[in-house]
Amino acid sequence: MKKFDKDRLILGFAGPALALVVAFALSTLVLLISNRDPFELYRLLFEQVSYSDVQVLIINQAGTYYLAALAVAVGFRMNLFNIGVDGQYRLAAMVAALVGASVTLPGPLQIALIVIVAMLVGAFWAGIAGILKTTRGVSEVVATIMLNSISTSLIAWLILPTNFGDQAAGSNNLTTGEIPEAGWFPGLPLSPDAGEIYGFTFVAAGCGLVYWLVLNRTRFGFDLRATGASESAAQASGVDAKKMILTSMLISGAIAGLVGMPTLLGDTHTYSLDFPVGLGFTGITIALLGRNHPVGIALSALLIAFLDKASSPLDQFGFEKEIATIMQGLIVISVVVSYELVRRYGTRRQQQKVGEELAAGHALTTEKEAAL
Amino acid sequence: MSTEVSAARVAPKKGGGRRRLSLPVVLLIIAGALALVSLVRLISGANDVTSVGQVSGALELAVPIGLAGLGGLWAERAGVVNIGLEGMMILGTWFGAWAGFQWGPWVGVLFGIIGGALGGLLHAVITVTFGVNHIVSGVAINILAVGVTRYLSNFTFADAPGGSSKQSPRLEEIDKITVPGLSDWMQDLQQHHWFFVSDLAGIIGGLVTGLSLLTVVALLLIPVTWFVLWRTAFGLRLRSCGESPVAAETLGVNVYKYKYIAVTISGGLAGLGGAFLAIVATSIYQEGQTGGRGYIGLAAMIFGNWMPGGMALGAGLFGFTDSLKLRGGAENVHAMLLLLAILLVIVVFWQLYRKKYLTALISAAISALLFTWYFLTDQVPSQFVDAAPYVTTLLVLALSAQRLRMPKADGVPYRKGEGK
Amino acid sequence: MKILYGMQKPDEGTIAVNGEQVSFSNPGDAIARGIGMVHQHFMLADNFTVLENVVLGGEKLHGIGSAARRKIEEISDAYGLGVRPDALVEDLGVADRQRVEILKVLYRGARILILDEPTAVLVPQEVDALFANLRELKAEGLTVIFISHKLGEVLSVADEITVIRRGTTVGTADPANTTTKQLAELMVGSELPSPETRESTVTDVPMLKVEGLSLGATDPDGVVREVLSGIGFTIHKGEVLGIAGVEGNGQTELIEALVGMRTPDGGVISLDGDDISRTPTRKRRESGIGYIPEDRHRHGVLLDAPLWENRILGHVTEKPNSRGFLLDPKAARADTERIVREYDVRTPGIEVTAASLSGGNQQKLIVGREMSHNPKLLIAAHPTRGVDVGAQAQIWDQIREARREGLAVLLISADLDELIGLSDTLRVMYRGQLVADADPATITPEELGSAMTGAAAGHLEAAPEDEA
Repeated sequence: MKKFDKDRLILGFAGPALALVVAFALSTLVLLISNRDPFELYRLLFEQVSYSDVQVLIINQAGTYYLAALAVAVGFRMNLFNIGVDGQYRLAAMVAALVGASVTLPGPLQIALIVIVAMLVGAFWAGIAGILKTTRGVSEVVATIMLNSISTSLIAWLILPTNFGDQAAGSNNLTTGEIPEAGWFPGLPLSPDAGEIYGFTFVAAGCGLVYWLVLNRTRFGFDLRATGASESAAQASGVDAKKMILTSMLISGAIAGLVGMPTLLGDTHTYSLDFPVGLGFTGITIALLGRNHPVGIALSALLIAFLDKASSPLDQFGFEKEIATIMQGLIVISVVVSYELVRRYGTRRQQQKVGEELAAGHALTTEKEAAL
Repeated sequence: MSTEVSAARVAPKKGGGRRRLSLPVVLLIIAGALALVSLVRLISGANDVTSVGQVSGALELAVPIGLAGLGGLWAERAGVVNIGLEGMMILGTWFGAWAGFQWGPWVGVLFGIIGGALGGLLHAVITVTFGVNHIVSGVAINILAVGVTRYLSNFTFADAPGGSSKQSPRLEEIDKITVPGLSDWMQDLQQHHWFFVSDLAGIIGGLVTGLSLLTVVALLLIPVTWFVLWRTAFGLRLRSCGESPVAAETLGVNVYKYKYIAVTISGGLAGLGGAFLAIVATSIYQEGQTGGRGYIGLAAMIFGNWMPGGMALGAGLFGFTDSLKLRGGAENVHAMLLLLAILLVIVVFWQLYRKKYLTALISAAISALLFTWYFLTDQVPSQFVDAAPYVTTLLVLALSAQRLRMPKADGVPYRKGEGK
Repeated sequence: MKILYGMQKPDEGTIAVNGEQVSFSNPGDAIARGIGMVHQHFMLADNFTVLENVVLGGEKLHGIGSAARRKIEEISDAYGLGVRPDALVEDLGVADRQRVEILKVLYRGARILILDEPTAVLVPQEVDALFANLRELKAEGLTVIFISHKLGEVLSVADEITVIRRGTTVGTADPANTTTKQLAELMVGSELPSPETRESTVTDVPMLKVEGLSLGATDPDGVVREVLSGIGFTIHKGEVLGIAGVEGNGQTELIEALVGMRTPDGGVISLDGDDISRTPTRKRRESGIGYIPEDRHRHGVLLDAPLWENRILGHVTEKPNSRGFLLDPKAARADTERIVREYDVRTPGIEVTAASLSGGNQQKLIVGREMSHNPKLLIAAHPTRGVDVGAQAQIWDQIREARREGLAVLLISADLDELIGLSDTLRVMYRGQLVADADPATITPEELGSAMTGAAAGHLEAAPEDEA
C-alpha cells in the first residue's frame, strides 16, 4: 500500500510542478520577445522577498486570497462555478462595514457581528444564483457574473451620501463610516518597519482547516464530494441534488463574504471606494492551481501574492509590472492543461499497476485464500 | 396475420410546451410591443425613448453584444461552451486599436478579428485536444487576455502620441452612411410625437442615420450565419457535433475538426465585436471597455434560443437598455418602469388563463410595486440605470431558461471513439 | 454485428459479400459495400429534422436540399415507410425513429440491412407495421438480417433462422418447419440448470409488499406507454423472488421506484409493515434496503474515489462509516479491509480507486458493502452482469448465505442460470406487467421463453405433452 501512496504523492506534485515549469518557460519567452532580461526580472522578484515589509504584505494578501480561493473551491468540488465571489465579497464587506459603524458592542461581539453580517450577505447574494439554478435552470456562471455587475451598482447606490455613505470634507472618497475600535481585529506586529500581519489571516487559516474537516470528515462533506464526482451515484445513495446545489452556493457565498474581512477589520476599518477589487477572479486562479485542496490553495495563495507584491516596484527597474498579470494568466492555462494530462496519465497508470500487482500475487489476503 | 398498416400519419401533436413561432406571429408581437412602448412614451413624456438618436445609439451598442452572441452561437452549436468571449473581445479591442492607429481602421478590423480568433484557437486546443472543462478554459482565457493586453499596452500605446499604458491614441473612423431624404423625413415624423407612427419613424430613422459601414457588415453576418449553419453541408456537420457527436462520428464526420473551426470562428466574431467597440463606438482603446459585453452576448444567445435571429433580437434589447442608460438615463429608465409594470399586468392575465394562481399573484405584487415606484418617483437613480442591462439579462434568463433548448451535446466533453 | 458493420475486427474467420471476401476497418467500408446497420440505440440527433439526420455525412450523395428531400420521399414511398423529411426527430415516436434509421441506410444504397433488436421497444401494431416494411424491402431484393430474442416474431417474419448462443452458432432452422418450443430449446439449451436441492428458507413473514404500482410515460406523439402497470407482489423473509424478462420491459423503472429514485403514479410499497411509498431514498436505504445497481458505474461506485470511500457510498449515515455527523475513516477503512477479505475482492489495497478494479471485483465490493448493513431487503439488478465466472459464483454464494439468515431478495436478471439457480419464486415481466409466475424447480425453457416474449401468461406449469 505504501507504494501507491508514493505514486499518488508524486502525481499530486507532478501537476503543479509541470504547470509552473511551463508557465515560467512561457513567461521567459514573453520577456525575451519584449526585449527584457528575464533572469534579471526573476532576480529582482526574489530579492523583494527578503524585505520584511514585503513579506508582511505578501502574507496579508495571501490570507485574503486564501479565503477567496476557498469560496471558489467549495463550488468547484460540486462542479459549480461561483464566478461571483467578487460581487459577493464586496457587497458583504460594504454592508458589514455599515452595520459595524452604526452599532457599538463590546469587542469580540462587535467583530462577531460584522463577520456574521458579512457571511449572511455573501450567502444571500450567492443564493440568488443558486435559486435561479435550481428552480429555473439558469447557468450559475452567467448568473453570478451578472450579479457581480449588479452588486457594483448596488454598492455605488448604497454608499451615496444621501443613502448610507459618508463623505469626508474635502475628499472625493465615499466611505461607510469608521468602525469603532471595538471592531478592530488585533494584528501581529512584526517590527516597526515591517508592519502588522492581519489578525484575520489566522482566522483564514482556521477556515482552511474547517474546510478540510467538513469536506473530508463529515457526512455532509462526503455527500457534497460524491455529488460533484457523480451526480447519479450520489442520487442513488440518497442525496437530494437540488438541495445540495443550493447549500453549496450558500456556503460558497458565506466564505466569499469573509474575503473582505482581513482588510476591513485589520486595516481600513471602513468600506470606501478604493476597497480592493478583483479578488474574486484571483481566487479562481488560486483554487485551480491549488486543486481545491486547503494546503495546495495556501501555497498557491502565497505564490500569487508573492507575484503580486513583488512585482509592484518593478517599474522602477525598467520592467512592466503587468508581467505579473500575464504570468498569472499563463499559470492558469498551464495549470488546467497539465492537471488534465496528469490526471489521465495517472488513471491509466494506476490501472496498469493494479493489474501488475494482482498478477504478481500481491493482493490482500482474502478468506478464500486463507482457507486454501 | 397483418393488421391494417397505417403508413401515413397525421401530423403529430407537438408535446412539451415548445412552440415554434411563425414569422407573422413574431411580427405581430413586435408590432404589439412597439404600440405598448409608444403608449408608455406618451404617458410618461419620455420622448427620447424612441428618438432617432436613441435607436441609432441602441443599434451601435447592440452590435458588439450581437457579435459576441454570434460568436457564442457558433461555438455552442458545435458543442463547446465559450465563456472566454469576453477575453476574445478584449483581444479584439486591443489588436483593433493597435493596427488601427497605425494602418487605418479597416486594417484594425482585420487584426481585431485575428486577435480574437487566436484566442478562440487557444480555447479550442485546451478544450478539444486536452479535454479540459469548457468553463474553466474560458475563465482562464479571460484572465490571460487581460494580462496580455495590459502588458502589451506598455510597449505600444504608452510610446505613441496621445496614448498611455491604459489607452490607445485616437483612432480614425470608419465611414458612416446616412440616407439623405429618408433620414430627414423620419426625423421630422418623429418630432411630432404621434402615437405609434412617430415611434416607427424613430426606429426607421435610427436605422438609416449615421450608420457605420461596419454595422452593416455586422448586420449582414446574421443572415450569413443562418445560411451557412442551416443551409450548407458544412453547417449541418458543424451543428451535428453539438447535437449528437456520437451519431456524427458513426456517419464519418470529423468531430474534432469542426469543433476547432467553430471555436476559432467564434473567437474571430468576438474579436470583430471588440474591434467595433474600439474603432466605431468609441474610436479608442481603453482598458476595461468591454464591460462584460461578452457575457451579455451569451445571454442574448440564450435568449434567442441559440438561433441567429432570436439572438439579434436579444442583442437589440440589451443594446436598447444600454443606450437608455447613456442618454439621459434617469428619465428613460423611469419610463421603462411603467413599461415593465404594464407588461407584468399582461403576464398576470396570461398566468390566470393558464391557471397558475400563485405565480400570477407574485407577478401582480411585483407589478403593483413597480407602479408605485413609478408614480412616487421622477427618476431612477443613475446607479440602478447602470445595472439595468445586467438585471435585464438575469430576468430574461430566469423567465426563459426552461423553455429553451440548447444544442444537446453542448458543453459535454467529447473523446473520439465514444461511438459504439 | 459490430464486426459486420466495420466497428470491430474479428480475430478469425471470413466475411463474404456477394461471393467476394471482404474486410472492413470502419463503418465507411461497410457502407461502401452496401451494408447498413440499424442500431438498437438510435443514432439520431433529436433537434434535427429527418432530412438533416439522413443526409449527415452523406451530403455528397444528393446534396442537402430539395434533391435530397425528393430522394427521401422516393425511398419512403417505395418501401411504405411513411417518413416525412421535415419532421423533427424529437417529435417522432419510437417506431418512426426506427424507420428513419432504416431510411438512413437505404439512402446510402444499402442492399444488406442489419436490424439489431428492432422490436424491443415497439408495441404490437408498430411491430406489424415494421414487418410489412421488411417484406417490401425483401420484395425489392434487399437482404435483411434481423436479430431478436422474440421467437414468435422471428418465426413470422424470417425466411431462415440462425441461432447463436454464447458467441457460437448453435444451429439453423427453417421457420416453416419449426415450433417455438424447438427454437427455445436451441436458444436456451435443452437443459436448464437444475436448482440445488436445498431446504426452503422461505418464511411466511412478508418483508416487501408491492401493490398496484403503476407508472406511465407519454411519447411526443401522444402514445401513452404503460411503463409499469398494476405491479403487485410480496417477498417474504428468506425468499428470493426472481423476475425474468427481456430488457426494456419496465424492470429498470420498477427498481428505481422501489429505491426511491423515481416516483410512481400510483401504488403502495411497504417494507416490513411500514409504508415507504413516499419515503426519500436515503431513509429507505437506512431502513434496510440494500441495492446492487444494474449500472454500477453510474449508480454503484465513485470511479475516482478510493475503495474505502466507495464502501461508505450509500450508507454514509450508518455505522461504521460515521459517528454522528462526523465520518469515521479509520473504522471505514478497517471495515473495507474486512469486506475485501470476506468477499474476496482482489485488490492490492484499499487506497486504490474503484476504477482500477475489474468489474467483478467492483461488484463484489458492492455486494459486500450492501450486505454489511444487515439489509432486510436486497434489490439485486443483474448482479453478475459483466462479472467473471468465479466472481459470479461467489456472489451467488453470498446471496444464498444471506437468504439463510432471513434476507428477502428481489432478483432481476436476464441470465436464466442465475434466475433458476437462485430464485424460490419466479415471475415474468413483460411490457410493464407481471404476466406469469412459475416454480423454478419445474419450469421448462420453452414456457419461460414464451412468457418472456409475451406468448404465454398465467401460472406456468410443466406440461410435457403441451405443444406451443
